[in-house]
Amino acid sequence: MSDTNKMAVAESVSDRRFGEPIMEMKNITMRFGGVIAIQDISFDILQGEIRAIIGPNGAGKSSMLNVINGFYHPQEGEIWFGGEKRSPMKPYQIAYQGIARTFQNIALFKGMSTLDNIMTGRFTHMKTNIFSQVLWRGAAEKEEHENREIVEKVIDFLEIQSIRKTEVGKLPYGLQKRVELGRALAAEPKLLLLDEPMAGMNVEEKEDMSRFILDVNDEFGTTVALIEHDMGVVMDIADRVVVMDYGKKIGDDTPENILKNQAVIDAYLGVAND
Amino acid sequence: MFYREAGDFKTSYKSDQQTFPLKLDKILFWLTMAIAAFVIPFFLNEYWEKAIFLPFFIYALAAIGLNILTGYCGQVSLGTGGFMAVGAYASFKLMTGFPAMDMFLVIMIAGLVTAGVGVLFGLPSLRIKGFYLAVATLASQFFLVWLFNKWEWTYNYSATGQINSPERDFLGIVVTGAYTKPWATYLFCLGFLFLFAWIARNLVRGRIGRSWMAIRDMDIAAEIIGVNPLVAKMSAFAISSFFVGVAGALYFSVWLGAAEPTEAFSIDQSFDVLFMIIIGGLGSILGSLIGAAFIVLLPVLFKNVFVGLLGIPTDIAEFSQIILVGALIVFFLIKEPHGIVAYWRTLKGKLRLWPFPY
Amino acid sequence: MFFLVDPFFYEIVISGLLAGVMYALVALGFVLIFKASGIFNFAQGVLALFAALTLVGFQTGQIPFAHLLSVFGLHATHWGAGFPTVIALLFSLLVMIGLAWLIVQIVLKPLVNQEGIILFMATIGLAYVLEGVGDLMWGANVKMLDVGLPEGPSEFILDTTDMFIDKLEISAAVVAIVLVTVLTLFSAYTKMGRALRAVADDHQAALSVGISLETIWWIVWSVSGIVALVAGVMWGAKSGVQFSLSLIALKALPVLMLGGFTSIPGAIVGGLMIGLGEKLFEFYVGPMIGGATENWFAYMLALLFLLFRPQGLFGEKIIERV
Repeated sequence: MSDTNKMAVAESVSDRRFGEPIMEMKNITMRFGGVIAIQDISFDILQGEIRAIIGPNGAGKSSMLNVINGFYHPQEGEIWFGGEKRSPMKPYQIAYQGIARTFQNIALFKGMSTLDNIMTGRFTHMKTNIFSQVLWRGAAEKEEHENREIVEKVIDFLEIQSIRKTEVGKLPYGLQKRVELGRALAAEPKLLLLDEPMAGMNVEEKEDMSRFILDVNDEFGTTVALIEHDMGVVMDIADRVVVMDYGKKIGDDTPENILKNQAVIDAYLGVAND
Repeated sequence: MFYREAGDFKTSYKSDQQTFPLKLDKILFWLTMAIAAFVIPFFLNEYWEKAIFLPFFIYALAAIGLNILTGYCGQVSLGTGGFMAVGAYASFKLMTGFPAMDMFLVIMIAGLVTAGVGVLFGLPSLRIKGFYLAVATLASQFFLVWLFNKWEWTYNYSATGQINSPERDFLGIVVTGAYTKPWATYLFCLGFLFLFAWIARNLVRGRIGRSWMAIRDMDIAAEIIGVNPLVAKMSAFAISSFFVGVAGALYFSVWLGAAEPTEAFSIDQSFDVLFMIIIGGLGSILGSLIGAAFIVLLPVLFKNVFVGLLGIPTDIAEFSQIILVGALIVFFLIKEPHGIVAYWRTLKGKLRLWPFPY
Repeated sequence: MFFLVDPFFYEIVISGLLAGVMYALVALGFVLIFKASGIFNFAQGVLALFAALTLVGFQTGQIPFAHLLSVFGLHATHWGAGFPTVIALLFSLLVMIGLAWLIVQIVLKPLVNQEGIILFMATIGLAYVLEGVGDLMWGANVKMLDVGLPEGPSEFILDTTDMFIDKLEISAAVVAIVLVTVLTLFSAYTKMGRALRAVADDHQAALSVGISLETIWWIVWSVSGIVALVAGVMWGAKSGVQFSLSLIALKALPVLMLGGFTSIPGAIVGGLMIGLGEKLFEFYVGPMIGGATENWFAYMLALLFLLFRPQGLFGEKIIERV
């Protein structure tokens, strides 16, 4: 990002006020057989903030997201969402709670179009029963159109109108990532989890993606937790950062302070060559 | 030039989501339906009824059913024959147990019974996937055929083990038994196909259809967006089996008139229907119809042209047929996994632009 | 506990185990192909049938496609008395190797990197083609197969233990054990075996280290074809060469589900369990529910197994990564 942009973002970041913690991870330990992927990690995510999770490969970041999502059930620890302790749930139930996610390796429905993929994001908001669906005209059609309107807004927001009807399997990587973001946004989530949303992108695409994430957070107040390797992006858009290394938490602070954290520098950042 | 869509803008979501977005498509469809419903019945003779139309309607129904399960929801099933048997035997018990019941009700209830059985045999899909599931469905195929051979109650303790369709009617018109009029059975089956194709269309374009396709494409991601895999898969099994059961009931009661499990509902049936949806197009209702037409008409073609016209011995014709179908399966899987329907869509795409090349 | 002293029980057990060995022979071919190409070859049974048909055809001096040629005026069915068994076996071997090459070129190469389910359906198509071609080439009537293996009940065993055990089945067991041993050693200890396992794991990775997929596939399908020939010979000697042979392939599927799709010893264990289970179930439970349970018992057993242990007894655990 250019210097003037950087300053504008920095100002808005320090101005922001955040609410109560929307999610609290308390003493989470996750083991796979003999391997300890996450060791006694606690951190929180405040309502309305953008929280980055960083760390070297294999640190357990994706596993952490999987725990938040409900794919993995930690052997120890508690997860609190919206002020309440969460009992062990299946991933699809967690979706109904208002958590949406993107994946490192793009988990789009390759056989469907962009529009249909993003429509699937509205799944938890659609309620017509099967008999109405069989008839189509009436309740089912109405609900479909209502949700279509919302999806179209997401499509406008992400500027992907031209690929609306294209089968996503045929889209280039960068656009697929955008569609996946669209699907997560369509769910109108309380918490948005992004697993390396900038992976494999060039500078322009990263700027676009950063802009979308900031806009989502700004306009809709969506809380965002993202795993990211690009420290420049993290500095620009994150409010607070959690640093993981070998399954342990080695840093939990604002981006500026994290840069000065010796443990983090040793494990991950290294020294800058200027 | 004719098949144009320039200037044909959709101004509402409703018009964007129509089944036939192009006006010409719509006109052609209703014209075909009009001919099918109002013209053909007058010229129908028994050969065309029994050898061409009835099998086409019935297999098209079964193909749509299997496509819902395999094409849309990605659960491969080799048990279609067995489920058709369930529909057939259910209709038999209903016809003999409740002689006054209207055939429409008989068929629908038979479908419902099959849906229940389908859910039962579909439960393994919650743990097993891919071709492991395909092999598991073989269990249902072989078990069901065995069941209808051994469990005497299902064939009313008849000495021959065969079930025969007694004469029953639909709104007063005889549609089963030996004394049916071709137009009656024709319209009865056509009606079912039209109704069920419409239902299928509505289901696949809405929420439940999307949940099926999500499971098919990536079931882990489907869970993330809130799809309960149990509900999605069981609904696919239930609805698919309903269709297949209805097809099986019509197959026995209206078309064949008599049936015996090992021959009429064998694993060859299961393969036939699977081939229909592979050749016609997975995940497409039109594809199911095309595939059914193909597999039903091929033997007729072979018989009339190869044997009748060219005098080739019947067994050679039969072997050649087997080779052709197998080769086509391999061909379509290699060249066009979306089946004939994909070629149709490409053709339409070219027609839209004609006479321009792109 | 009466049944434990009933000699008939042991006869059933042994008969079941021997039947299981026969299943295992067919399952072996499946495992090889699956290990090396990740393909579930539905056509394995038809390959066995085709191999057996070809062998008989060579042995009796049939002219291939005789029936078809008769349409065009050529009215001869045999060109002579046929080849001696050893020569006929050799020729059949060559045919299976040639067939493997054709299959690799026409079916496998174009479908490289497709999902397993697509490949599976392609092998269903292949099965149909081979069945039709086999019928067209050699005729669809039942044929007797005789390769000089000892037949009839073993007098030695009959005299000593009162049990009726067919010498043919014993030969089949011996052959199967030898085959399994050879294949297991081959897969684990030779360079070729390692290459096969690499290919099974990841096509693209194997390609990138210089392994020629085509050659590997050809070798695997040839070996599979030879195994199919052996299976076809054993089954054919037992019950004649006929279409139902290809249905045996369907039976091999439950064998694999029990033993695991990737394990050669698993094929044997799975085969034995299915063979034994079938016979015992039919003997003890069958009469209570009408008999003929062998049609479906294997599948039900496999289904139950799959629910609790989807990878089979010896197979590799399937891990899904997000």
